[in-house]
Amino acid sequence: MAIAVLTLLLTRNLFSVIVLSGIYSFLMATILVALDAVDVAMTEASVGAGISTVLLLGALSLCKSEEATPAHKPWLPLAVSLSVGALLVYGALGLPGFNDTAAPMHQNVVPRYMQNEVDVPNVVTAVLASFRGYDTLGETTVVFTAGAGLIALLRRRKKIEPVESGRKDDA
Amino acid sequence: MIGHFSYIVTVFLMVAGLYILIACSNLIKKLVGLSIFQTSVYLLYIVPGKLVGGTAPIISPQYTVYSNPLPHVLILTAIVVGVATLALGLALAVRIREAYGSIEEDEILARDHAVIATEAANEEPL
Amino acid sequence: MKNDLVLRVIGKLLIPFILLFALYVQFHGDFGPGGGFQAGVIIAAGIIFYALIHGVATTRRIVPDCLVETMLASGVLIYAGVGLAGLLFGGNYLDYFVLDPNPVLGQHRGIFWVEVGVATTVSGVMLKIYYMFASRSGSED
Repeated sequence: MAIAVLTLLLTRNLFSVIVLSGIYSFLMATILVALDAVDVAMTEASVGAGISTVLLLGALSLCKSEEATPAHKPWLPLAVSLSVGALLVYGALGLPGFNDTAAPMHQNVVPRYMQNEVDVPNVVTAVLASFRGYDTLGETTVVFTAGAGLIALLRRRKKIEPVESGRKDDA
Repeated sequence: MIGHFSYIVTVFLMVAGLYILIACSNLIKKLVGLSIFQTSVYLLYIVPGKLVGGTAPIISPQYTVYSNPLPHVLILTAIVVGVATLALGLALAVRIREAYGSIEEDEILARDHAVIATEAANEEPL
Repeated sequence: MKNDLVLRVIGKLLIPFILLFALYVQFHGDFGPGGGFQAGVIIAAGIIFYALIHGVATTRRIVPDCLVETMLASGVLIYAGVGLAGLLFGGNYLDYFVLDPNPVLGQHRGIFWVEVGVATTVSGVMLKIYYMFASRSGSED
């Protein structure tokens, strides 16, 4: 996965960048399976590797497929991101370690989720739709809003033609 | 330190995404960098939920130890929202390409500066 | 790509199974991995596959824009409607226990309809996004 990311960094051809990001998504999905997150892995494989690759390619077909050579030296962004990374590592050392059953995230609400009081074996579905129903409602609304915003951005296609053909859209 | 190895991986992906986001001037590549940054956040949430010897959180009489389902739920919604925002960003990139004829940040900025300069030059004689 | 025999035959073979798998993921989501999000994306992926082989214009005749736009909005409305149904039956908003005399069955009913709403919105949005990009490129090339 590190190789895919590093190649992605250095490649200038946008087509190979997009294919590499699809490969990266599939690798991420396998890692998620290994981490027991089967629902998330399924979503990542279908969304990250499937739909977003198609969307990126669709957008690419409207644009140039070659990236211009950069005008700036990359030292400033490199320094900024490396210092952010160093800070993050320093902060991460204070977090609970891997497989720490005493970590706060395993203590509070999760034992109650695991009692399975709604009698749905897949706890992820139960939590998603029932315990955290408001979250998912808001999230569905976000997806809807993104779709509506996209329609607003890309709809105006008939602008070159005269006005009377514009009327036909409304019918 | 061994227990925190997963965080190092997460931070590596995050830094790579951030670097692509800042250093590349191409808008589509910026969006790819943003999605890499997002996947690093998925890892950040999912990894602490894993318990060694546990199984996926689907209740079954054979198993007693399950991984934590809560981060799975949060990240599941984050992925779908992520692709929706990615599509919105791509739509913006396409519109920018139609307006400016380019998706390179430098060229867009140069064109903006040129337009401002000509406007200023036109106004001065008045 | 309309004239590629291999693609057309494979597409005809695969697309029904992709859609069937989406329905399996949708309705088996209570017992195994899956749910509304994944099912919606898989439905959209199946139709996008069809559009890649047979062209966007043909797909737009089969799955018209007005249907996609209706799906996009009706999913959110189904979800919100489940919440309102909870209010009408005398509970709180999005309270599934009151949807059926048996509280556990009420939960099942609530989760089912919520997942249907999510799948409808997600597949509608994904398809609409694809249509938007594809029709743009078609008009310019």
